[in-house]
Amino acid sequence: MDIFLQQLVNGLTLGSVYAIVALGYTMVYGIVQLINFAHGEVVMVGAMVSLSVIAALAGTVLPPLAIVFAGVLCAVPVCMAVGFTMERIAYRPLRGAPRLAPLITAIGISIILQQVAMIIWSRNPLGFPQIIDNPVFELAGAHISAVQIAIILGSFLMMAGLTLLVFRTRLGVAMRATSENPQVAGLMGINVNRVISATFVIGAGLGAVAGVMVGTYYGIAHYTMGAQLGLKAFSAAVLGGIGNLAGAMLGGVLLGVVEALGAGYIGEIMDLCHLSGISDALAARCAQDNHFVLFGSNYQDVFAFMVLIAVLVFRPSGLLGERVSDRA
Amino acid sequence: MTNLTERLERLRSHRAAPWLGVALIVVTLFILPFALASVGTAWVRITNLAILFALLSLGLNIVVGFAGLLDLGYIAFYAVGAYCYALLASPHFGLHLPLWVILPIGAAVACVFGVLLGAPTLKLRGDYLAIVTLGFGEIVRIFLNNLSQPINITNGPQGVTLIDPFRIGKVDFSRTDSLLGLAFSGPIKYYYFLLAVLVLAIIVNLRLQNSRVGRAWVAIREDEVAAQAMGINTRNVKLLAFAMGAGFGGLAGGIFAATQGFISPESFVFVESIMVLSMVVLGGMGNIWGVVLGAILLSFVPEILRYTVEPAQKAVFGRLLIEPEVIRMLLFGLALVLMMLYRPAGLWPSKRRKREFAETDPS
Repeated sequence: MDIFLQQLVNGLTLGSVYAIVALGYTMVYGIVQLINFAHGEVVMVGAMVSLSVIAALAGTVLPPLAIVFAGVLCAVPVCMAVGFTMERIAYRPLRGAPRLAPLITAIGISIILQQVAMIIWSRNPLGFPQIIDNPVFELAGAHISAVQIAIILGSFLMMAGLTLLVFRTRLGVAMRATSENPQVAGLMGINVNRVISATFVIGAGLGAVAGVMVGTYYGIAHYTMGAQLGLKAFSAAVLGGIGNLAGAMLGGVLLGVVEALGAGYIGEIMDLCHLSGISDALAARCAQDNHFVLFGSNYQDVFAFMVLIAVLVFRPSGLLGERVSDRA
Repeated sequence: MTNLTERLERLRSHRAAPWLGVALIVVTLFILPFALASVGTAWVRITNLAILFALLSLGLNIVVGFAGLLDLGYIAFYAVGAYCYALLASPHFGLHLPLWVILPIGAAVACVFGVLLGAPTLKLRGDYLAIVTLGFGEIVRIFLNNLSQPINITNGPQGVTLIDPFRIGKVDFSRTDSLLGLAFSGPIKYYYFLLAVLVLAIIVNLRLQNSRVGRAWVAIREDEVAAQAMGINTRNVKLLAFAMGAGFGGLAGGIFAATQGFISPESFVFVESIMVLSMVVLGGMGNIWGVVLGAILLSFVPEILRYTVEPAQKAVFGRLLIEPEVIRMLLFGLALVLMMLYRPAGLWPSKRRKREFAETDPS
């Protein structure tokens, strides 16, 4: 039972990071119907910037928490600037072009960001210096670390903040109006361009924080980390219903949990030695090795894609969304 | 001046003129590998790779250019073809089937994979399809990476080695033969083989483009609902596009495995899909000649850069600041962005595409 709880805790942690990244996808998609393919790379830039700031400050007298905070403070504006520039240079000129065009541009941008990150931070992964001690608490047989608690709490705070922003502020009203109908919103005196820029910037800021979280959680950042993460977060957004904020959060957490539980249990489920009526040759092998796993936990990364394909095939609008899938 | 144009005009209107042009191209293509080999055998290999990429781009062009279905996992079919060849013609399983058997098997298995990808995604278009195909490519790669346990099928990340080279009759593609006083080395033989396959592929593609199916593809690309209303079975037509595109990929994969002699999952990562997509986009989606041009350009320019940028950096900075591989990737990224911004229909657009990109999307 405690492996279940343990994987649940791990899944919740991972899931809340996915949720934050998924918010970045969903906000942009909700407003301009564009998959910002490069969002995963923004998260990567966030992780890289914060880890290098943290590493630079690690030897100083500053308290560890202040150092981490400084990392976040540096990463957020950098990512926001990246998000803003991206929209301005690559996406804005293509608004209204056939939808293939911005998608291909987005792929180009993500390649450029990756390579630039590689030039700046080299091919080697960037390590998180051991500055914060990470006490581990026990909770009903499962271990949960302070970093995990901070990640879960932090992401829920950010989600709450974003919800308030979208539903309680003038900018939020403008964003919702723009996503409903940009032309009419423009006629009503909303500066559509500014709203779209703001959406990109806010999404990128959230991505930066998510990057810091991933960096601290795994203790490592790499210039290629954004692609996988972005893909998973996008799957989460689709799972929840893309364009829908609550959906992104739900999808993120669900995907994290499914992935963690899958990784924890798949080896056991796929162990053919449990089955009765296996062939003699297999039985002999089982007696020797004790297990014969068809697909082990190294298939963990397949889950997100399987979930994605299943959702798109059976419920293209996602769990909470209403948008149709076959926009082209 | 007028004299010259007059003479050119007369030359062009001459009945033999088209044949003269064709003959010139044929002779050039025939001499090309020997000319390249005199600079260095590496350039023959690069040319072979460029032709291979042209083959791949032609396959992807069927899916993306003709049918308008954005496929970001195309390299998976290349991988399937390559692994088919590697597993059926290497000591890994102890099988050494002849290439006339394996290449069609590879293409056929890739076709099946194409249908496997196409079938669940029939309803999807645009962005969603792009992401699902991307996921599909990753799934294939993860399986190639991990199918070494509990039964060793793909040999995992180590890949398959000692793959048989081509052998047609008595001609062994791994050895140098001399004929009429010319030394035909392995890469040069592969060059002629690849060139023949490419010419065949271009002919097939040209015929496809003007066939019923080709027109149906364009119809669903332009307006799926209207195409359906006109009696096109969109499901079958889309599946056919995926299958045919994948078939080309599988064929190219098999040849790739044979020329390299070694394959591993490393060769079939997402970036490779993007590379092929860039070739199609750069050349001009939907235009067969444009696609071939894009593939050749994007295969050669990075190599030329590799030979110029590296020494240039060493001369200016005294050391290598930016690796050629990084420059190559940056080039792909920039090419994609700049193309979409300034020439969205590609360098050599098909007429219909050009018109489409000139319009604005009402949605």
